[in-house]
Amino acid sequence: MMQYKGWEGFVPGKWCNDEVDVRDFIQRNYTPYEGDGKFLAPATEATKKLWDIVCDLTKKELANGGVLNADTKIVSTLTSHDAGYLDKELEKIVGLQTDEPFKRALQPFGGIRMSEGALEMYGYKIDPNVKEIFTKYRKTHNEGVFDAYTPEMRAARSAHILTGLPDAYGRGRIIGDYRRVALYGVDYLIKKKEEDKLAINGDMTPEKVRNREEIADQIKALKGLKAMAASYGCDISRPAETAQEAIQALYFGYLGAIKDQNGAAMSIGRNTTFLDVYIERDLKKGLITEEQAQEFIDHFVMKLRIVKFMRTKEYNELFSGDPTWVTESIGGMGVDGRTLVTKTSFRILHTLDNLGPAPEPNLTVLWSKRLPVEFKRFCADLSIRTSSIQYESDELMRPEMGDDYAIACCVSCMRVGKDMQFFGARANLAKCLLYAINGGKDELMKDKQTGKPMQVSPEFTPISSNDALDFDEVCKKFDNMMTWLADLYVNTLNLIHYMHDKYSYEALEMSLHDTNVRRFFATGIAGLSCAADSLSAIKYAKVYPVRNEDGIVVDYRIEGEYPKYGNNDDRADELAVWILKTFMKKVKSHYTYRDSVPTTSILTITSNVVYGKKTGNTPDGRRGGTPLAPGANPMHGRDSNGALASLESVAKLPYEYSRDGISNTFSITPGSLGKDD
Amino acid sequence: MTGRIHSFESFGTVDGPGIRFVVFLQGCPLRCQYCHNPDTWKTGGKEYTAQEIAQRAWKYRNYFGEKGGVTVTGGEPLLQIDFVTELFTLLKEMGMHTCVDTSGFTFRANDVSCVEKHKKLLDVTDLVLLDIKHIDDEACKKLTGQSNENTLAFARFLSDNDTPVWIRQVLVPNITDNDDSLKRTRAFIDTLKTVERVEVLPYHTMGVVKYEKLGIEYPLQGVQAPSTERVENAKRILCGEGK
Repeated sequence: MMQYKGWEGFVPGKWCNDEVDVRDFIQRNYTPYEGDGKFLAPATEATKKLWDIVCDLTKKELANGGVLNADTKIVSTLTSHDAGYLDKELEKIVGLQTDEPFKRALQPFGGIRMSEGALEMYGYKIDPNVKEIFTKYRKTHNEGVFDAYTPEMRAARSAHILTGLPDAYGRGRIIGDYRRVALYGVDYLIKKKEEDKLAINGDMTPEKVRNREEIADQIKALKGLKAMAASYGCDISRPAETAQEAIQALYFGYLGAIKDQNGAAMSIGRNTTFLDVYIERDLKKGLITEEQAQEFIDHFVMKLRIVKFMRTKEYNELFSGDPTWVTESIGGMGVDGRTLVTKTSFRILHTLDNLGPAPEPNLTVLWSKRLPVEFKRFCADLSIRTSSIQYESDELMRPEMGDDYAIACCVSCMRVGKDMQFFGARANLAKCLLYAINGGKDELMKDKQTGKPMQVSPEFTPISSNDALDFDEVCKKFDNMMTWLADLYVNTLNLIHYMHDKYSYEALEMSLHDTNVRRFFATGIAGLSCAADSLSAIKYAKVYPVRNEDGIVVDYRIEGEYPKYGNNDDRADELAVWILKTFMKKVKSHYTYRDSVPTTSILTITSNVVYGKKTGNTPDGRRGGTPLAPGANPMHGRDSNGALASLESVAKLPYEYSRDGISNTFSITPGSLGKDD
Repeated sequence: MTGRIHSFESFGTVDGPGIRFVVFLQGCPLRCQYCHNPDTWKTGGKEYTAQEIAQRAWKYRNYFGEKGGVTVTGGEPLLQIDFVTELFTLLKEMGMHTCVDTSGFTFRANDVSCVEKHKKLLDVTDLVLLDIKHIDDEACKKLTGQSNENTLAFARFLSDNDTPVWIRQVLVPNITDNDDSLKRTRAFIDTLKTVERVEVLPYHTMGVVKYEKLGIEYPLQGVQAPSTERVENAKRILCGEGK
């Protein structure tokens, strides 16, 4: 068994017996906390001063049009920049993405055009040398993808039946197990990776060569991480010895990831129960006070609040803002029945009081009825005051994922350090239904050469009659069109992820995963409720097609009433379930890159607006260009039986067919939740 | 038997205890000036059987917890008292908590068959939300178009029948919000045995758009919601100690 000073006082076990097993460490060492939040400490003077600096910079950034400063010359790597500080004297947890706060890094490996375009939008010009390097000598992910795309893939992309594909930016959604940096130190992790690499030998198939190369990249990244930490005067080669060191090492792990990758969602994992072990140890030894413990957490969270990426305005429009999705998963219950809530679960949520409310990091409580009642009260009180906590059902995820999973982005769960995913944007099923009716001709786009409607799929037989649409006929055509779309979608993603691995591999994040990682192939669905209501209208009312001069159905005339998804009415809800299951079965029938496990999600939280713009009139009466519903929500205003009816409709969607998550956006005023007295 | 229904609310949290499935019945004999559901006044609505509604409510039983259940409101639900009785009988058989939100206007103390009907309803009713529109009869007539006689008689009937009641009072500036009326209401409540709770419902203007849609003139044009201080004052007087 290895022995390190950093491990003194910890209960040993599998985790320190020549294995990397953070969960085992947590289970043997953490202290569940069932009490209330009275022990919490307010912000220290240093915290307040630092936060003032951040607020001041935020104001300046806004005044400057959204970006305060951007690097145009130095390509971001783990060691590209010198150490940067808010105020070196005051910071207990250090480390910035570049050498100055709020200076955005240049990250062109996903695509040089995105980098160049983003800089230009904010009045910066990319250094000509960098541009030359990344166009002449070093290929990017984006270039690779477009070299290999088929004409059909390009057409589907420009018609937006496939949308938000990660073909020009970092795919994100991968969560490194940043706790490993603190618990084991980088040298140990390098040693384990070297062993893994040695074990891959024999016939050098392309698969094995790639695995060996990737592990080599991971080892280089770990070495880079060590050097990055050293530039801040920190030694992370060995296990962390104090709580401050543990938080610092964990944050360095994350900082390495965001220096390496500008991913769509850069979530941080599930860290508070782990960190609590260190804090408890230091508190018991009398090394720190509660004020200091809180200060470390406050400073850590402050760093997570100022994570910034250089992105184009279109990208921000797609996501309605500039989200980084620094999701931190908190609490939940262990499989042994003990709660995973610790005092540090309280401490991290308490940052909402000490620093004020904020959308990032995306503090996500893994909810269970069995959580300690005081913790539930504490969360409820904070939610009422700050509206800054996300809740997700631990009961739903734990049976499948165990008790050491974390959320990437908003709802996508993975076991920390054991699972990764290939993020795959969405297929627009509302538009797919229109294609079924029009034989694969786009209802909005024209072919540039002929000026006629653009044929996106192969020429299927369209609906030719002008009678009311026949439900069985439409379903059959929709089924066929989904077959085509699922095939194209999966293969487009296969191609994209091949190129991302090749040209923008997440070496650091993957170095903090098991080498034999489970991979998810995360597809997504947009426009579910619109498609379901459209089918319901066709089935239960009379829907007549309205054609343009090209014979394309561009509008629908509805006679009569029809049941709408969102009212707990099985007639409509079953159609939504049918669409999901049918599409997912088709996705599953295909080869998925690197034997990844296909999943899907229904969670277009903001991009539904943009997707709606590219979708014509639909048979449910929705006007072309208006938003689709977010995620699995009913269409706006169509749920007329109150919240539970609406939620019950959503709850009928089978999670096993949508393992990557189902989201339902739901706003409510405190008064409508009942009376206080 | 079928009932005429205006709409359903699957997540009712303000009409009775806990989370409730709320059924809005169509039709009302009163024309309260502050009414925020003028769309329920006229008769009409969609017809449902009691069985259909009970089955709808049953879908939400998992949300009801220990306190929740079904509330029938309107309109004035007791215009369809036979239907409500049939529905509540079904709901009680299924083990659900039943609550009716009424003005008591349909109650006629000297009409034996009417009393009998109300008695039959109360046999399957767990809780009555009784809206005392105005304690002063003249003011009540002005406010609702009808006398408060039946309402007060129904309150006494509930008391004699040992039916739990929540008394509700909508607080409207210058109409119900004066200390004298509030004290008189409280004095009346003190004569009742089964009042479990008194609720002050501050007047709000969220119903105004409905009047515009229906093309009805809004009688309380320009009246603002009562201030927090006045609401607190009304609660002090009406809810009193220990209630």
